[in-house]
Amino acid sequence: MSAAVEIRARRGRRNPALIVGLALLGLLGGIAVFAPYLAPFDPESYDIQQIMGAPSWTHPFGSDVLGRDVMSRIFHGLRVSLLVSLSAVAASLLVAVPLGLLAGYFGSWVDSAISRFLDMILVLPAMLLAITFIAILGPGSAVAALAIAVIYLPILARVMRTSTLVVTRNDYVLGARARGASHLRVIVGHVAPNALGPVIVQASVLSAFAMQLEAGLSFLGLGTQPPTPSLGGMLSDGRDVLTVAPWVEIFPGLAIMAAVLAFTFIGAGLREAFDPAGVSE
Amino acid sequence: MSPVLDIAQAGVRFGTGPAAVKDVSLRVAQGEIFGLVGESGSGKSTIANAVMGLLPATARLDGSIRLNGEELVGLSESALRVRRGDEMAMIFQDASASLDPTWSVGDQIAETIRAHRPVSRAEARARAIALMGEVGIADAARRYRDVPHRFSGGMRQRIVIAAALANHPKLLIADEPTTALDVTIQAQILELIDRLRRDHGTTVLLITHDLGVVGQVCDRVGVMYRGELLEVATTEDLFTRPAHPYTRALLAANPAGAVRGSRLPVIPQEWSTESLDAANAARDRRAAHG
Repeated sequence: MSAAVEIRARRGRRNPALIVGLALLGLLGGIAVFAPYLAPFDPESYDIQQIMGAPSWTHPFGSDVLGRDVMSRIFHGLRVSLLVSLSAVAASLLVAVPLGLLAGYFGSWVDSAISRFLDMILVLPAMLLAITFIAILGPGSAVAALAIAVIYLPILARVMRTSTLVVTRNDYVLGARARGASHLRVIVGHVAPNALGPVIVQASVLSAFAMQLEAGLSFLGLGTQPPTPSLGGMLSDGRDVLTVAPWVEIFPGLAIMAAVLAFTFIGAGLREAFDPAGVSE
Repeated sequence: MSPVLDIAQAGVRFGTGPAAVKDVSLRVAQGEIFGLVGESGSGKSTIANAVMGLLPATARLDGSIRLNGEELVGLSESALRVRRGDEMAMIFQDASASLDPTWSVGDQIAETIRAHRPVSRAEARARAIALMGEVGIADAARRYRDVPHRFSGGMRQRIVIAAALANHPKLLIADEPTTALDVTIQAQILELIDRLRRDHGTTVLLITHDLGVVGQVCDRVGVMYRGELLEVATTEDLFTRPAHPYTRALLAANPAGAVRGSRLPVIPQEWSTESLDAANAARDRRAAHG
């Protein structure tokens, strides 16, 4: 354990992309977690005096068509958007990693069965798949997260399968078996730790896209439902008043951009650290 | 005494391809070092993997392989797993590759013990440290937590041997254990295997293409070519009175015995099936005449 940590620590040095990405995500995550304390106003309360109010000292990002404070709504919206995208990617990983490990390790018919199943999901366009889910289960944050998780499942599982194939060919896998380790022990103890790097890289890159997907679904009114603020929903609200009150549109857009940028930087930094050979590309 | 390893008419075929091993029979007695020599692709490693039950799923194995009188062919994966690393162990050509780079060397030895013995972590660790000392790792307790890349190639092979011998297996299969090492380290590793054999009475199946290695440690030798076991002889007989024409060609091609400045004889690129059949027939005639 200590040895592995040591390797990682050494790789982490001089990795500006990772540091910038983690710092930015830390900032956004901090805002999201402490939104109720940081937000100056209730994100859902109206103020008729402040309809489409321009940015000022009391409302730094201005206020929207219903007179709600944009900054407070962004803080709370980050909370929802980050939660949806991160839980979607986490749920996807939870299924994709075991599937990829099984397919890559055992090969033959196990691989064929799992790969064909993944192909079935992969051939469906992402948005169509998401809208189908929402049509069946109804709109909402949790359904959006589920849809995103299913969309990412084949992508993450394939990356896991590929790196598992590479790792399984190593002599130390055969060596562990020759010492009497069971398949399960070999997979969990020797294959998974050595094969996880690329899928972690891929997951952080996909987290950036998940932010956009969630925003897109909410923009279409299929994700997070009003009045709960979400970044995509705010973009949708601001669209109609873009010319008269651009701040209603611009600031949520910037927040999405910052979150996407954070995940992208982390992905690039992790790739540098874990996967110099580029299996996850 | 009954042999520790008794292989009878073993054959291995991968998928629908030609036989990788055909009709191989050999017996290795308790405490004996049996060398299996041959070119790349002659089937020696396939035999090793067949004994360990580590052939890929596409392989078909028939015949009989007995370990201490117990039939291994046809055993389930879990029955084989229980025997691997306990009754029989294997070390590989490239020790650097056969240790997990992210695990400490000590944990990999302890893993072998805990896979077969109901001992506590602390006890497995203590045994692993003792084993590391036994195979000649200085300051073993302190080096327990080091990862493989902190060791030299020779030291890594010692650790692999320590892990293989952790549960005192009756049979040790060494697949080209010294090929990746330089000559002085090679001699040390062979000495170590020889010493452990004497101390623990371990039976060793040593697979190599290096006739020098054979001469150094093996009691008896089997010569393999194209999946067939052409000849089995004591090491002395093999070097002084090789029975099979292929063995003679192989010995002649050994650069150690060549005269400086002369051309080194080569083994004809591909012995035709007919010439191999004819040579086998001649060998069998000689054997029949005593």
